[in-house]
Amino acid sequence: MNTQQMARRPSSEAQAQAPAEGQGQQSREASYALVPPADIFEDADGIGILLDMPGVTKDRLKVNADRNELTIEGDASIDMPEGMEAAYAEIRSAHYRRSFTLTNELDSEAIEATMKDGVLSIRIPKRAELKPRQIEIQAA
Amino acid sequence: MFSSQLGNGGLIQEFWRLEQEMDELLGRWSWPLGIRSTARGTFPPMNIGVTPDNVEVYFFAPGLDPKSIEISAQQNVVTISGERQAKAEGDRTWFRKERFDGSFRRVINLPDDVAADRIRARYQDGVLRVTAERPESRKPRRIEIN
Repeated sequence: MNTQQMARRPSSEAQAQAPAEGQGQQSREASYALVPPADIFEDADGIGILLDMPGVTKDRLKVNADRNELTIEGDASIDMPEGMEAAYAEIRSAHYRRSFTLTNELDSEAIEATMKDGVLSIRIPKRAELKPRQIEIQAA
Repeated sequence: MFSSQLGNGGLIQEFWRLEQEMDELLGRWSWPLGIRSTARGTFPPMNIGVTPDNVEVYFFAPGLDPKSIEISAQQNVVTISGERQAKAEGDRTWFRKERFDGSFRRVINLPDDVAADRIRARYQDGVLRVTAERPESRKPRRIEIN
């Protein structure tokens, strides 16, 4: 019965359920955080991060920059009909979590994040004074 | 060192993968995926749920244009295919590319009691939900004893 439960549900709900079920299996699955795959690039303006977080909406997403650590957390909410039983599951958690270490030349105060179709895009600008400058060569 | 060998997530992820393989060996999930099934880790990952009225398949496929997803059904064999390509934008140096990039296809065998002409799909927040109806006539009937 326990393993028949669909793992994809808001984790708070799944966790609340776990002690009552009295089995370690369910609680571990419910609290297991998926690590969303990321693409990371750099351009003249700063760093960009793309993360796959299907099922996560803007209001169920937390992006935190604390000192030099950027932490992204989200919960997927999947519309499920009542009385549905899980028959097969490759994704067994609804909770995503990943963190990245930021470096000093990045302006963690000016991070921007947008969510579209389950893809989170984050832009971390370089501090203005540290952007690469073209150095002019004076004629002698 | 471990993380570079085992990819993103390192050892813990690896244990998780082992457990998934054990599940498959022990047949913990009994869904008959059929000869066309692919290994775990194929994009997009999917979950399947059943209700007395429907079979629901959830594909976790973020960042797609819904118009570019193709879904076809032949009897009870459903195929989804499409493409997700990273756009080339400006002058970028890439440090990580973990996200799926390219074309994909997944084929699943639904139970025999679904009707191929009663399949609908919806794409929301990066999740493609395919609902296949199980018509009344093919549902198990309860037989009354007089």
